[in-house]
Amino acid sequence: MLRYAVRRIAGIVPVLLILVTVSFVIVRLAPGGPFDQARALPPRIRAELNQLYGLDRPLAVQYWHYLKGLAHGDLGPSYKLRDDTVAELIAQGLPVSLRVGLGALALALLAGVPFGIWAALGRGGVADYALNAFAALALALPSFVTGPLLALSFGLWLHWLPVAGWQPGAWRYLILPAVTLSLPVCASVARLMRGGLLDVLQASFIRTARARGLGRWRVLLHHAMRPALLPVVSYLGPAVTYLVTGSLVVETVFELPGTGRYLVQGALDRDYTLVMGMVLLYGTLTLLSNLAADLIHAWLDPRVRHEPL
Amino acid sequence: MHGSTRACVMSRSDPPRGRRGALLGAGMIALLTLLALFGPRLSPYAFNTLDWRHLSAAPSLTDGHWLGTDPLGRDLYVRTLYGLRLSLLIGVLATAVSVVIGVAWGAVAGYAGGRVDAWMMRLVDVLYALPYLFIVLILATVFGHDSITLLLVAIGAVGWLTLARAVRAQTLSLKRREFIEAARAAGLAPQGILLRHILPNLAGTIAVYATLMIPQMITFESFLSFLGLGVQEPRASLGSLIKDGASEMLAAPWMLLVPAVVLVVLLLCFNLLGDGLRDALNPTAR
Repeated sequence: MLRYAVRRIAGIVPVLLILVTVSFVIVRLAPGGPFDQARALPPRIRAELNQLYGLDRPLAVQYWHYLKGLAHGDLGPSYKLRDDTVAELIAQGLPVSLRVGLGALALALLAGVPFGIWAALGRGGVADYALNAFAALALALPSFVTGPLLALSFGLWLHWLPVAGWQPGAWRYLILPAVTLSLPVCASVARLMRGGLLDVLQASFIRTARARGLGRWRVLLHHAMRPALLPVVSYLGPAVTYLVTGSLVVETVFELPGTGRYLVQGALDRDYTLVMGMVLLYGTLTLLSNLAADLIHAWLDPRVRHEPL
Repeated sequence: MHGSTRACVMSRSDPPRGRRGALLGAGMIALLTLLALFGPRLSPYAFNTLDWRHLSAAPSLTDGHWLGTDPLGRDLYVRTLYGLRLSLLIGVLATAVSVVIGVAWGAVAGYAGGRVDAWMMRLVDVLYALPYLFIVLILATVFGHDSITLLLVAIGAVGWLTLARAVRAQTLSLKRREFIEAARAAGLAPQGILLRHILPNLAGTIAVYATLMIPQMITFESFLSFLGLGVQEPRASLGSLIKDGASEMLAAPWMLLVPAVVLVVLLLCFNLLGDGLRDALNPTAR
């Protein structure tokens, strides 16, 4: 298990380095710079700004400085939001984003797993059809459609929940964003749970357990659940990717002051360092969550550990 | 489909559930395409006509704005159909880009085998691990948001990885078959074998993946447009229309509802068609 973990963690480093390099190169090859504005700056001021941020140095030197900064957790200054460094902006936004994201993940698991079990136990019945319809719809609807629609119905028409905005500590503002974000993940979890459980219930060890007189629920909870959860666990990595992507939309729709909005705003403003910092943050998050899912999977299912990578 | 077991049991003798869905999907897609191409001509307005007597007008049959207008007085029926046209175009073209790259890469890697195969697939693995949405986001940041061609290439160039893997796997199993051996024995050059004998046998796989890729590409383009990084004013795609609608939903909810419904129907139809095709061409898969 330890060897497997070490191997997997070592595999992440080159991918991260490629991510840094690719984003750095694309950004620096771009036509135009962060100081291009509608009203052109006087050349002298422009040159001084470029010098201040080191943009006049050779590309390799800039790259080396960026990497050195990264090693110290320094993501550079934001070119547009001059008062803050990128690291400060992340520190401000991340608590909000994490709350929404973790809330959505919890919601998806707490609703999706029981829904999947229910559908598997009563297969071909009402629950099964309900799951099918729900999953088809929830997976086809992108979050930039469900978000505004939920805000319209529960915020503007029914007045149950705030339409958008954020107040520290007020959980009412989190409900609609978290629900929007969790819908497709919930559908996938429920579907995978159903499939996993149906597969396991046909296995001979389940029949043996039943034949030895163990109760239905005991077999379900003690014998069937662990292997049946495997597909759900391996989905957790992609699920986090989905949540991260969706958070860009959800934070825009519900005007939450999270990191996703900085990324979108940075992209619109061509604030290179901000976009790169956010991309690295999200890239690392995605890679780590995939790694975590794989490690949990290996822990639950020993066969995985011995497969060649 | 992933449906009930009853459908699975019946699927030998009585498959219409999936097939009916696929036919329904195909029919609706054809209808929507026709509507996107010729629908705007039915209206007296162009997609950028400003009608200042009807600003944010609700849907009505009397003034010619069947689905209402936006705050600039532009007709929503026409704009939605234009948006649909652009979304479809981008979806299909981006898929075409992905298919060409993915099939070429996968077939060559699978047929060549050995070290070439290992390196080519290693690259795919590494690219696969990269969160490619963010690469596209960087591309959109850097190259400005007004070039549709670039948007297309950016979306299409990252969609080919899954297809490359599927095509490679299929090619690996195909190249051991007797008819390929016969072709080689007859002295056909590798590119001839790839084009004449391997490619036709990949058609089913490619069709399924392409059909399922189009809605992903449409969603992706709409996603970028929704964030303001895709299609720019005065042009419209379904994503940018939904963005405009979301900001006006208190005063003019139809601006949100109309493009949202069109997009959802479009995506559902493509998914129905793709699932149906998969079931029809690959009966062993669930």
